[in-house]
Amino acid sequence: MADIFEKVKDIIVEQLGVEPEDVKPEASFVDDLGADSLDIVELVMALEETFDLQIPDEDAEKIHKVGEAVQYVIDHQ
Amino acid sequence: MDLGGKVAVVTGASRGIGRAVAETLAGLGANVVVNYVGNAEAAEETAALVRGLGVQALVIQADVADQEQVNNMMQQVLQEFGRIDILVNNAGITRDNLLPRMREQDWDAVMNTNLKGAYHCAKAALRPMLKAHWGRIINISSVVALSGNPGQSNYAAAKAGLIGFTKSLAKEFGSRNITVNAVVPGYIATDMTADLSGENKAQLLSSVPLGRLGAPEDVAKAVAFLASDWAGYITGHVIVVDGGMAM
Repeated sequence: MADIFEKVKDIIVEQLGVEPEDVKPEASFVDDLGADSLDIVELVMALEETFDLQIPDEDAEKIHKVGEAVQYVIDHQ
Repeated sequence: MDLGGKVAVVTGASRGIGRAVAETLAGLGANVVVNYVGNAEAAEETAALVRGLGVQALVIQADVADQEQVNNMMQQVLQEFGRIDILVNNAGITRDNLLPRMREQDWDAVMNTNLKGAYHCAKAALRPMLKAHWGRIINISSVVALSGNPGQSNYAAAKAGLIGFTKSLAKEFGSRNITVNAVVPGYIATDMTADLSGENKAQLLSSVPLGRLGAPEDVAKAVAFLASDWAGYITGHVIVVDGGMAM
């Protein structure tokens, strides 16, 4: 769990160019981390590759916060 | 201009403009994926021309109208080369008829290959381009997209659609250093225009200020320019290569 959070955090830091300390479970990608819609598409692609997942669009649309991304990975691995 | 180390996917590369594009990009150092759907022998000839220029060619059969075949093709490219830098959406067909006689299947076939094919290919190729923060998509439209042509309402509509598609993608992915442009060929001497009658041809030529049909290489050079770093600040643009016909 902590391990997955760290991995997801690394991806977010890399993709969005944000500070690691700002990547908290409750942080919203758009409101807190400044992501635009293309950033989120890229983030989902990066999660898919890192964790070897296929994230359908209808699932991707429900991922708004860091914690939701982490939970999604945990549930689908 | 130098495309050394780049990987270019050219759809419909067995003949005509696609073959000239494959050869021209290869001449600048790019490894080329020669996509074709029907004519394996012609595709191998294109590949031999590419290899003759000292770069790699990968021949892949895939119907661009079929998303799954396109995805498999792009997967194969990534396995072989690990990257896709340049996509040239060139595959195109005609099913000409006056509208009252145009069957729905002729409309659909042209839309599915000429317009939806570009959607399938761009969607699949964008992933590695986004990761690389570098990409070039070049859509081959047609002068009939701008001027219309009797008997080609399906073809003109699909080719005009490609221009809107081009401009939208240019806006979507500009921030990721992916440029998307269209090249609009006029009347180019290929198999597709070979069946024009002598009279039609003479009439056409009278409307071309440069007074000749274009060669596939004329189009290929514009494509190569857009694919290169020389065109790094050009996106969402439409380059008309028609000898001045549609001014």
